[in-house]
Amino acid sequence: MSTHTAIQDVASHPRAEISSWRHRLIALLGPLAALAGVVWAIVQPYRVTLLHPHGEGFWWLFVEPPLLVVVAGALFHLLVARPLLDDLEET
Amino acid sequence: MLPPAEHVHWMFATGFLLLGLFLLAEAIVGEEVWRRRPWRAYLWPSFVFLMGVLMWPVMTFFTNSTIHMIAHGAWAQVMMLAGAAELGLVRGKLRSPLWRFAMPFAFLVSGVAFLVHEQNPWFFQRSSFLHHRLGWTMVVGAAFPLARALRPRWALANAGIALVFLVLAVALFGDRDLAPVFGHLSPLAGEPHR
Repeated sequence: MSTHTAIQDVASHPRAEISSWRHRLIALLGPLAALAGVVWAIVQPYRVTLLHPHGEGFWWLFVEPPLLVVVAGALFHLLVARPLLDDLEET
Repeated sequence: MLPPAEHVHWMFATGFLLLGLFLLAEAIVGEEVWRRRPWRAYLWPSFVFLMGVLMWPVMTFFTNSTIHMIAHGAWAQVMMLAGAAELGLVRGKLRSPLWRFAMPFAFLVSGVAFLVHEQNPWFFQRSSFLHHRLGWTMVVGAAFPLARALRPRWALANAGIALVFLVLAVALFGDRDLAPVFGHLSPLAGEPHR
């Protein structure tokens, strides 16, 4: 085993570990945001008008904060985090 | 057909939540990986600019006093300025590093606009509490974009900006006229709208 290879191994190990942590964090951001929205909807169900839609106007049915959080988390994961994870794997 | 003011705040809260997620992701992976796809480099600056543009109709249709109109107009202008400056820097059209100070300037002006246009004390009603909270968050949070302007690749500064946006999102989502906590605290605050 050459000295060059041994030095490379020692140097690349922490870098791989950092990359792995970055990968996990990016993969978690979107789902965590979406989960926060779901937990919020459970804790404050009265903020989800769809659960009690009687006599409500368009905006009260269209803009529902916990659902917006879920949608934002899902969109971030699908449109930003996934391509970012691909790029992170290439490094 | 106009949405109630609360709903506009919630839509902007969603925008700040996305902004926070973008910036947090950039802070985690680093600028080099983040900018590997050209569209991603423009993502959050264009988002800031777009939110500034969308603030103009809010100013036009949702403000019912001069001081509110000026505050919303100030937010629209500084968001557009900060977004445009960051876009120019990313594109390479702007070369001077001084343009990086547009972001802390925007934070500071936004915070001061919150504090100045809220004329009631913290516990007058829920919106007063939120205005004070948002204002001080922006003023104190301006330290992060300032740090980023001085040390552009400092991940902690980028993460700090992201966290400020997430705190803003939580506060704006919390804006409701009627609520079990901090609903209408003062009898002078008037009848709840809902």
